[in-house]
Amino acid sequence: MSPDSTPTLRPNYDVLAIRRDFPILAREVFGKPLVYLDTGASAQKPRQVIRAMTEVMEETYSNVHRGVHFLSQACTDQFEAARETVARFINAPEADEIVWTRGATEALNLVAATWGRANVGPGDRIVISTLEHHSNIVPWQLLRDETGAELAVIPVDDAGEVDLDAYAGLLADGRAKLVSVTHVSNSIGTVLPIREMARMAHDKGALFMVDGCQAAPHMAVDVQALGVDFYCFSGHKTYGPTGIGALWGRKALLDAMPPYQGGGEMIAHVTFEKSTFKAAPHKFEAGTPAIVEAVGLGAALDYIEAVGRDAILAHETDVAEYARERLAAVPGVRIVGHARERGAIVSFTMDQAHPHDIGTIIDRAGVAVRAGHHCAFPVMERFDVGATARASFGLYNMKSEVDRLVEALDEVAEIFGR
Amino acid sequence: MNELRELYQEVILDHGRNPRNFRRIEDADGEAKGDNPLCGDRVHVFVKLDGAGGLGDVAFQGRGCAISTASASMMTELLKGRSEAEARRLFDVFHAVCTDEAFDPLDVPEEFEDEADRLQVMAGVRQFPMRVKCATLPWHTFAAALDGKATATTE
Ligand SMILES: Cc1ncc(COP(=O)(O)O)c(C=O)c1O
Repeated sequence: MSPDSTPTLRPNYDVLAIRRDFPILAREVFGKPLVYLDTGASAQKPRQVIRAMTEVMEETYSNVHRGVHFLSQACTDQFEAARETVARFINAPEADEIVWTRGATEALNLVAATWGRANVGPGDRIVISTLEHHSNIVPWQLLRDETGAELAVIPVDDAGEVDLDAYAGLLADGRAKLVSVTHVSNSIGTVLPIREMARMAHDKGALFMVDGCQAAPHMAVDVQALGVDFYCFSGHKTYGPTGIGALWGRKALLDAMPPYQGGGEMIAHVTFEKSTFKAAPHKFEAGTPAIVEAVGLGAALDYIEAVGRDAILAHETDVAEYARERLAAVPGVRIVGHARERGAIVSFTMDQAHPHDIGTIIDRAGVAVRAGHHCAFPVMERFDVGATARASFGLYNMKSEVDRLVEALDEVAEIFGR
Repeated sequence: MNELRELYQEVILDHGRNPRNFRRIEDADGEAKGDNPLCGDRVHVFVKLDGAGGLGDVAFQGRGCAISTASASMMTELLKGRSEAEARRLFDVFHAVCTDEAFDPLDVPEEFEDEADRLQVMAGVRQFPMRVKCATLPWHTFAAALDGKATATTE
């Protein structure tokens, strides 16, 4: 860990000190102190990340893997060090198993387009769950339509937990080739029993991929302990920059997969007759990568580790559970999703007002939540809501901000009637 | 706060709660579905012609926020009995009310003078750029229904 990424240290989770690391949290919105409850959509950035990115551009920037000159080497070292940071962050056995992508969406598309096209055919089955973000649905639909495979969906119960008996049923005939599910639901907060689900998949010969977007920023992730085959997440949700994310895959799988896009950076040798490709991860990284962003992501993960992932989880759980309790007590509020294992996300509706109207009204009180379908239409259908309002929490949120949210909902009731 | 009160006027809240002409028209001459992919709001607009070049009946169904529901509801009232050409001109005026800062919502063209009050109700959305599409979606969907298109979208 570099000294720069060390957050100002604090016993007993000093949330005020953490907040001082995030310049944007000091700003006002409509004359009110910002209450940012939309970390699930994208997290704010600590100055450690901003500084790391500025430093690269001011001091070491150059293209990577290409030049013999000093800067190219220095920048390549930083870029590859960030890859090692990602590997350590999710306990991947080797840094060479980390592929840079633009985010989780590209990681999922990459696996569908490369592993999928090479391994999936008519009659095979891809299994996802009802809780998926559209980015873990659509790539598999495209693969299904191209290959004649079948796409099956694990249902969820009224609490928002996946139905493991139904899941076992989808695996039983051995036709499932891959299971791809989210670690934590971005729309209603359910934490899926990944370890158990992965074991069940492996018992029936299927591979297991995890969309870790909503888990990586909030809890310790150990891909080896989880026993999965692919894991991915987005940099911008882990307090890092946009335009960067990571895919982890088991080495043997990555080695056997065909390349993704063609271009520079991914080739070993090119003639007009034939090109040969570099080994993983480089064969999946055509073109000049997001160099500055990769370094920024490395700094973000260092930051998370310095705060402490168990401490973050404990703090966020405390704030999110407080939010559930307070919101449930607001007349007309209905919380959607009551899984026993749940992340720092609370989705709700209000009898009096549509989530959109809630979002607009509380925005004027400085409170930012997401209102809509959260890129998860099937979840909205399952719970028979057109949309929800969603408060999602990050390592910098406080219970007093939950109070501000609840106060702002008062204004909604004021306008729409109680 | 004033901007919020201006947006959520009593008329809008009333139409949002008790939308008028909220029903299907089984023998519609035109219908279209509109959706706002951003928020998932959906509206289904039905148009029945009166046989003399006018709009005999306009109705809608769907689910959405107070703004889009109220806008659809008020739209059905504004449109009934008009000629197609009038209806399209009214859409232009409505669009200007919702989006054009320079347009004085009380200064509507003479032919729509009687509707000035009902039109200006939506002017509040100007202060909420993210919500303009909520107000205009029903109208876009209505135009699609007139044009014989099956769908409209805000994107
Ligand atoms: C669970 C989940 N998966 C995937 C994504 C897509 O991430 P990105 O848009 O960064 O690729 C998101 C982001 O909203 C998400 O919450």
